[in-house]
Amino acid sequence: MFRRNGNQCVATFAIDEVRVLRKVAGEVVGLLMDGFDHTDPVVGRLFPDIYPERPDDSAEFRLYTEGDLKTGKIDQAGAILAALPDDGPGEVRLDGEEAEAWLRAINDARLAMGTRLDIQGDTDLGDELDEAVVRDPASSRVFQLSVYAYLGYLQESLLNALPEIEERA
Amino acid sequence: MGGMALPQVAPAETPQIEEVPADDRPWVTIVWDDPVNLMSYVTWVFQKLFGYSHDKAEQLMMDVHNKGKAVVSSGARERMEMDAAQLHGYGLWATVDRA
Repeated sequence: MFRRNGNQCVATFAIDEVRVLRKVAGEVVGLLMDGFDHTDPVVGRLFPDIYPERPDDSAEFRLYTEGDLKTGKIDQAGAILAALPDDGPGEVRLDGEEAEAWLRAINDARLAMGTRLDIQGDTDLGDELDEAVVRDPASSRVFQLSVYAYLGYLQESLLNALPEIEERA
Repeated sequence: MGGMALPQVAPAETPQIEEVPADDRPWVTIVWDDPVNLMSYVTWVFQKLFGYSHDKAEQLMMDVHNKGKAVVSSGARERMEMDAAQLHGYGLWATVDRA
């Protein structure tokens, strides 16, 4: 989990955490680069229709903005991969800009996983996890739910470790 | 039909319609509640993107959370589209509509 150290946000990750973070960041990049498919609900959530009732206007907007949005999301996932140790435990130190990229990238990963796991407003993660463990402790759903919960804690810790934001309004 | 025949000549100029052209009417950016984004993250995005104070950003986040959606900015259509695109960059679910 992240903590503040001077102007930086610092975390020490165990090898399992490094591997999980590499995996989820890599999956986001894969989703955006290889099989980019607008009918995939995850893509729908990461690239929402700006005019839900006007498909033509939404499509036109998409035409002009989607490339930049996609590049931004690939770059921010790349910021996670760039800052992590290659394969082993280690410390990650982020300046303000890197911390922002991490926050956005963790959020993209949580959105992707949350959509796949069908997380709803009234979903209790603890209950979901308990049920999944009872059904099959070795299931992919148990792993996915655990990672999803972990990313939530990590994102919260990074938010708490950020320097104060200057007010403009 | 009867009575006097009206002249079938089109007016030289289109009469001024007392209506603001559609493109000049204000537009709004709306953020919708979603089950994944952390409340603290949404608050941070509003501070970061709009320069709001923590209190104002948190209030806006609570509106989204409690009412299902909230207007986060208003103005010219192009500006709203830019706001929405930036919000999408942060992973918030934003749409644009007429005010």
